Amino acid sequence: MLYKKPQIQFYPYIVQRDDYKCVRCLGCVEQCSYDATFYDEELDVLWNKHEACVGCKRCEAMCPTDALKIVPNPSRPYEHASWKWDLVMDAYLQANTGSIIITGIGNDKPYRVYFDHLLIDACQVTNPSIDPLREPMELRTFLGRKGEKIELAETESGKIELKTRLAPQLELETPIMFSAMSYGSINLNFQESMARAAVKLGTYWNTGEGGLHKKLYPYAGRGIVQVASGRFGVSRDYLKAAAAVEIKIGQGAKPGIGGHLPGEKVNADIAETRMIPPGSDAISPAPHHDIYSIEDLKQLIYAIKEATRYEKPVFVKIAAVHNVAAIASGIARAGADIIVVDGFRGGTGATPKSVRDHVGIPVEVAIAAVDRRLRQEGIRNEVSIVATGGIRSSADVIKIIALGADAAYIATVAMLAIGCTLCQTCNTGRCAWGITTNDPRLARRQNPDIASEQLYNLVTGWSHEMKEMLGAMGINSIESLKGNRLRLRSIGLTEKESEILGVLPVGE
Amino acid sequence: MKKVIIVEDFCIACYNCEVACIAVHSKSQDPVKAYKREGLRGRSNAVVEVESPLAFSVMCRHCKHPWCMDACISGAIQRLDNGIVYLDEERCVGCWGCVVGCPYGAAHPNIAGKDKHAFKCDLCIERLDAGLRPACVEACPNNALLYDETIEEREEVHT
Repeated sequence: MLYKKPQIQFYPYIVQRDDYKCVRCLGCVEQCSYDATFYDEELDVLWNKHEACVGCKRCEAMCPTDALKIVPNPSRPYEHASWKWDLVMDAYLQANTGSIIITGIGNDKPYRVYFDHLLIDACQVTNPSIDPLREPMELRTFLGRKGEKIELAETESGKIELKTRLAPQLELETPIMFSAMSYGSINLNFQESMARAAVKLGTYWNTGEGGLHKKLYPYAGRGIVQVASGRFGVSRDYLKAAAAVEIKIGQGAKPGIGGHLPGEKVNADIAETRMIPPGSDAISPAPHHDIYSIEDLKQLIYAIKEATRYEKPVFVKIAAVHNVAAIASGIARAGADIIVVDGFRGGTGATPKSVRDHVGIPVEVAIAAVDRRLRQEGIRNEVSIVATGGIRSSADVIKIIALGADAAYIATVAMLAIGCTLCQTCNTGRCAWGITTNDPRLARRQNPDIASEQLYNLVTGWSHEMKEMLGAMGINSIESLKGNRLRLRSIGLTEKESEILGVLPVGE
Repeated sequence: MKKVIIVEDFCIACYNCEVACIAVHSKSQDPVKAYKREGLRGRSNAVVEVESPLAFSVMCRHCKHPWCMDACISGAIQRLDNGIVYLDEERCVGCWGCVVGCPYGAAHPNIAGKDKHAFKCDLCIERLDAGLRPACVEACPNNALLYDETIEEREEVHT
């Protein structure tokens, strides 16, 4: 058919091919997982179906002669201040499909990024800055419940011994961990890469809710296993193998929404790991059906603690929503060791676009509010706080720790480190970069040998930068920065916003 | 072991090995000129075989007992002292004995060109001498082709 609906004809990207530079190696045809490139043998020409292109730039990256460029289509429907291009496209799409728009990655709307309105302090003259290359600088931190006090006792032989039984702690060499991404939403190669990088870095990785593949048990000592509403893959061995257990209540990209891994993606390996029949839909309900109150949450926390003989800290992960401070207080009182707060810019493999873009609050504000509330109630020492959802750089980690977090989880930036171009089509399962797909043809595009090194490099680079920033502030340990809002100033924020964040405006 | 090691689990069929092979075996050393002006298209010594999801690049295995050498009627194929099986295109008479004899399909007939000779991987002998890795290995973005003389690859089919 020559006729295409205008909605399809107004495609967002154009594949520009420099036909002289194109040597017809056909690499782009093989690389495109969206069927946007094909070879015409009769004419010896490569054609592109622009309307199928999602803008992932895989072909552009792999083209050996730099003959390809993916550019935004200049001929878009006109937009104005109210009707932005993506709203117009969404209306077109829904007019054709009548269904919910599903998308991936995190919120891409131009909401204020509070990180970009916070500035870090430095020492001048009166207090010396520290050179991290010459003087000791510690990024090591511990996650877990810190008691009220430590009691020592003298034994008969005169030795001093610790009388207080310490709660289990996680020891992090750098306050950056890999956030939860489940096997199923991503493939095993990427998960293995994260696991290997976490072991090498002395930090932790998270299995997500999809269970722990038998191949990854050797890395479980640095793994945090998730217990989510679908309870996929939860077993005695699963809880026993891990360093910590995380109860996932919510996710920043889709607060209040469950998950759904379609049956066609549940291959034999995923089925075995998730402990469900192959080909069956893996549905994570929106709520935990056994948690309707803080008391119910307490039951689950203590059920897990009993099952793990009180040897492992229990995380509770929630999405940052309006009442996050009160909810966090309840979680702390329910017995969680660590609270994870996931901001509204957090990513996902699939979420309704309406929820992704309009539900939740930024992690910067949420962490500041949670930290303040817990300190006011005198229970901040009872829990550690981990921030996630929107951490983009080492400076963001420094800022979020100064706002009251103990450590940060990264995920989207970990995907960027191995090639992700934020095309937001994770939900299709056809990721051309081989990240959010389990298609054996595509998953092999991530070689754990290479990907784990990329992840290791990223976190190592960030750690060096954080040491530099700490040194500039005259601080020689990341733990001295926790909740140290005096080392931050706000720029371009209202008085109320600065008050909520607990920081002074610049100049004050 | 003097040969390119093929890691079939991680070949992504990007064909960069083919383009790199053609470029380094061209006069211009430039892929676009090699394909478009020197007419070297299809002259890659490494060939990517795809049967989705499986893919791998195949090039001469530099066998201990090369069947192509046994089949060669003109003495164009020799096994050098360093283990590289070398095809001297000048001496090749184009009988295609090696093409038929190679169990890997790694010797190719140059049918399109004017001079009818066979061609196959020379393991980038000049690059090796210069301390570089073979071009296909250098070009592979996913470590699906490796070059490490200390690694023994699994047994050949026929040796």
